[in-house]
Amino acid sequence: MSAPTDSVEISLIVNGERVKRSVPARLNLADFLRNELELTGTHVGCEHGVCGACTVRVDGEIVRGCLLFACQADGCTVDTVEGLSDSREIEELQSAFVLTNALQCGFCTPGILMAAQALLRDEPNPSRERIREYLSGNYCRCTGYQAIVDAIEAVAKARSARSKR
Amino acid sequence: MKAPRFAYARPASVAEALALLDRHKDDARVLAGGQSLVPMLNFRLAAPKVLVDINRIAGLAGIKVTKSQVRIGALTRHVDLERSADIARHLPLVAAAMPHVAHPAVRNRGTFGGSCALADPAAELPACALALGASFVVAGKKGERRIEAGDFFKGLYATALKGAELLIAAEFPLPKPGYASAFGELARRHGDYAVVGVAVHGSTRGAKFSDMRVAFFGVADRPLLATHFARVLEGQPATAKCVDASLPKLDADLAPRADLYSSAATKLHLAKVLAGRVLKKMEGVVA
Repeated sequence: MSAPTDSVEISLIVNGERVKRSVPARLNLADFLRNELELTGTHVGCEHGVCGACTVRVDGEIVRGCLLFACQADGCTVDTVEGLSDSREIEELQSAFVLTNALQCGFCTPGILMAAQALLRDEPNPSRERIREYLSGNYCRCTGYQAIVDAIEAVAKARSARSKR
Repeated sequence: MKAPRFAYARPASVAEALALLDRHKDDARVLAGGQSLVPMLNFRLAAPKVLVDINRIAGLAGIKVTKSQVRIGALTRHVDLERSADIARHLPLVAAAMPHVAHPAVRNRGTFGGSCALADPAAELPACALALGASFVVAGKKGERRIEAGDFFKGLYATALKGAELLIAAEFPLPKPGYASAFGELARRHGDYAVVGVAVHGSTRGAKFSDMRVAFFGVADRPLLATHFARVLEGQPATAKCVDASLPKLDADLAPRADLYSSAATKLHLAKVLAGRVLKKMEGVVA
C-alpha cells in the first residue's frame, strides 16, 4: 500500500474474534472499539495519552487506545478489558478491587486493570513503590490510589504464595 | 478532541516513504510511535494532510553492537531500549534514562527515532545522544548522510532534518575505558516531561574529571551541552567537594526561561542541584 487514502480496510483479531471493517484513517483505536464494536469497557478520557483510561493490549503489550489509529492495528491482535474479563485472566484483580474498594466511579478501572495485569505478568512481586510507579500513567480521581495499590499488592502476594506451594 | 482528517499511507520501504515525503512535501508528516504526534493531532496543533506511517518498514528497528559503536534503529521502541542487555551493558546512560521516558503503555509504542526527530526540549533521549556524542543517520533522495547530535538539534521541535528526509538510525560510539555516565531528572509526576534533567558522560580515570559532557534538557529550546562547565571540571579531582565548588560556574552555560510552573531562577537553581546529585552518582566520583 502506498498511495495515501482517507479510509482503510482493516482486518484484526479483537478478543479472539476476527474483525474486518473499512475505517476512516483518523479514527483512533479506542473509538473504533467503542463505536464500531460496541466494546465500551475501553474508556476515552483525555484523548492525549495522559489519563490511561483507554489502555488496551495490542499484540500482547499495553498501549494507549487514543494514540493509535485503528488503521494501524490492521493485522494485529487486540485485547480489551472485556476479553480479559471473559477469559478470567483478570478475575483475581477484579475481586481484589471489589474487596478493597479500589474503585468508586469506575471510569479509570478498565485501564488500571489492563496496566495492573501487564505489571504482574512481567513482575510477579512488585513493591508498593513499583506498583505506584507503574501506575503513574493511569489517573484515578476518586480513590487516592491507596486501595488500588492494596488490591494489586494483594493479588501479587496471593499469586506468589500459590506458586510457592 | 479527535485528530483532524488526513490521508494515510503505509510505505513498505524507506524508498517508498521518501517518495511519499517528496511528493507531499510540507503536507506530510512521518508517523512513528505517534505518542507525541497523535496528541498534537488530537489537540489540532498539527493538521498534516498526509500521514506516512513508517511502522511496517522492515529493518528500521533494532539494536546492533559492533566493535566501535551501538546502532539504534529509528523504529526501536522505548521498551526495547529499556529491556535491552546490550543497552544496559554498552550505553548505561540510555538505560538509566528509559524509566523516565513517559509511562509503560507509552514506552511500548513510542520510538527512539520519533523522540529524537520531534526534538522536544524536555525529552530525555536527545540529551543522551548529545552527551554520548551520537550521530544521526538520515536517508534522503540522494542517499544517506550523518549528522552529529550537536548539529542535529536546532531549536524548539526543530532539527537538521529536511522535509523529504527520514531519520533511520543513530550511531553511538562505544564508551572508552574509564568513562562513566549518570542520569537524573526532576518531574512533577514520574514519567512526565522534565522540569529539568541532566545526562552526564565523561572520564573519571585516575580520580580526575576529564572530557566531561554534561547535557541538560528542559532548560533551553534544545538539549544543551554545558561546555564552559566542562572546561571548569577538566582535570579537577573527581570528588563531591570539587563538584560542589564547580556548580556555581553553570551560570555561564545556563539561562533557563520561566515555564508555566517554575520561574527562571527556580529552574537555574534546580539545574544546579540536579547536576550536583548526578555528578556525584557517577562511578569513580569520591563522596
